[in-house]
Amino acid sequence: MTTTHDEMAVPGTRPAVTAVVAPATEQDRPSSPRPRPRLRLGAIAYSTTAHGALGIWSVLVIVPFLWTLMSSFKSSAEILASPLAPPTTWRLDNYVRAWTTAGIGEYFFNTIMVVGSALIIVMLLGSMCAYVLARFRFPGNRLIYYSMLISMSFPLFLAIVPLFFTLHDLGLLNTLPGLSLTYVAFALPFTVFFLYAFFESLPNDVYEAAKVDGAGEWRSFFAVMLPMASPGMASVAILNFIGLWNQFMLPIVFNTRKENWVLTQGMNAFASSVGRSIDYGALFAAVVITIVPVLIVYILFQRRLEGSVSQSSFR
Amino acid sequence: MGRATFIVTFLFLPMTIFVVFIVNPFLQAFYYSLTDWRGFSRDMNFVGLANFNTMLADPVFLTALRNSLLLCLVLPTAILTAAFLIAFTVTAGGPFVGAIRGLKGGGFHRVIAFFPYTIPSIVIGLIWAQVYDPTRGLLNGVLTGIGMTQFESFPWLGDTETAMGVSMFVIFWGLVGFYVVLFVASIKGIPGETYEAARIDGAGRARMVVSITLPQMLSSIQTSYVYLGLTAIDAFGFMMVLNPQGGPNYSTLTITQYLYMTAFGKGQFGVATAMGVLLAVIILIYSGLIFGIFRALGGRNERNAVA
Repeated sequence: MTTTHDEMAVPGTRPAVTAVVAPATEQDRPSSPRPRPRLRLGAIAYSTTAHGALGIWSVLVIVPFLWTLMSSFKSSAEILASPLAPPTTWRLDNYVRAWTTAGIGEYFFNTIMVVGSALIIVMLLGSMCAYVLARFRFPGNRLIYYSMLISMSFPLFLAIVPLFFTLHDLGLLNTLPGLSLTYVAFALPFTVFFLYAFFESLPNDVYEAAKVDGAGEWRSFFAVMLPMASPGMASVAILNFIGLWNQFMLPIVFNTRKENWVLTQGMNAFASSVGRSIDYGALFAAVVITIVPVLIVYILFQRRLEGSVSQSSFR
Repeated sequence: MGRATFIVTFLFLPMTIFVVFIVNPFLQAFYYSLTDWRGFSRDMNFVGLANFNTMLADPVFLTALRNSLLLCLVLPTAILTAAFLIAFTVTAGGPFVGAIRGLKGGGFHRVIAFFPYTIPSIVIGLIWAQVYDPTRGLLNGVLTGIGMTQFESFPWLGDTETAMGVSMFVIFWGLVGFYVVLFVASIKGIPGETYEAARIDGAGRARMVVSITLPQMLSSIQTSYVYLGLTAIDAFGFMMVLNPQGGPNYSTLTITQYLYMTAFGKGQFGVATAMGVLLAVIILIYSGLIFGIFRALGGRNERNAVA
């Protein structure tokens, strides 16, 4: 970034007042006209560099996607012949083969089942746990809260070998419910940690009012407190959805049977078959199939998603 | 129903899952790392630190250790510096007159930069493995297209000189947007008046960044450093696609990949859990260092404010 150290130090060019401080300053100097800002070389150099750098980064992000999209319509022979040439005909058969032959359709369905069930369970159990920890004092409360907090800073890889044998002993290894339950377990501490702050900040008088009206603890939670925490629930659900949908390490270790594979495993199979005869057209089509649903969700919920990210660290 | 019954009912299922699937495996790992366990049979002998000796005498492991430490040293700083510069420019880097605002069109760049975060690391790796492909990749296609014919079939991921660098770039590409959004929120939390006052006092853009923006963001930068360190030292999804076997001469092999191979390829579960324990220790030391450094930085700023 260009530094323009002396930009406003020039005497006589006081900056124009801003919206934030406008009323007060305007009253101070009711008659003096606003000094007109002058464009100077430093400002132009800065602006050009900043726009240029941001533009280059956006191009670096977009171009690989556009290239993937273009390649997904080419035949494998065309892909091998030239990386840059557009397809001769805009064929869709790559998509058909990716969906059926390469099994992306099946993996898509498995992913929805596993992530969907894990998400519902972790949101329910996580909110119950966070609620009790945030609003009830009992022996062991702090112990539970801090062990969840500490578990988040341990690497997943430390647990995988023992967990592999735990799942084996429970008969859950290589099953979709087993994978779903593992997802629940690893999303739980973050969910509790995130929702804890929400439940803690809820006003006590609503809870008291529900009590006076004769609602028991269960009714107060499900009918009063849980709905009040729904903004927090939505934020943490979005972050959990992305995290679980993109999970790769847990399925590759605990879900090795091919008919149970999730999307990330199917995509990895393309990568690890390098050197063997590979259907490049279908590979690019599979990438597009994986990205498009996320892209649609991203465009629809972009604001909400960014809100979730910012809440995750500023409380 | 009584209050105690309610608490127990609400905690029972979450705590069962937490203890069985998280607490228990983590604790077991420390014990298994001291045994010669090789798999499904439960007979194992206590071997003390033998696994750690085996591990540290293995040159491939030492290469993986070096690579993971490199990722953990380079990536967080590179990603957070870039994310900060982008976030500042799109939020408060606009024209230096009038209200504090971002560069024109900054919102567009922010939305674009964040998008890769929503895609699985495995798919990001897959796209870039195709981009880097020696003969049918986009990169060499563009480079030869503009006349740099020496790159006609250059194997970016197959050359020990470049494999790690280009792999790091992919991880950088995938993660930077998340931290841009995080920092944008953090910068927006700083009241505009603070900047106004500094500007009237004659502070330039660089001065404002160093004296106002950065000090107010210390805690979010610290949190980001810790989480990014965990992510960078893992790097499993990215690396498994870019170079499944660890790259030329193991130049991109990470501890996590080698742990996975040792456990589920070779069946040496004792040695593999020992690697996991070392990984946990490294992360602990790393987090401790980050907290220490930021405590020192924060302390210095407070002293400056007083003086």
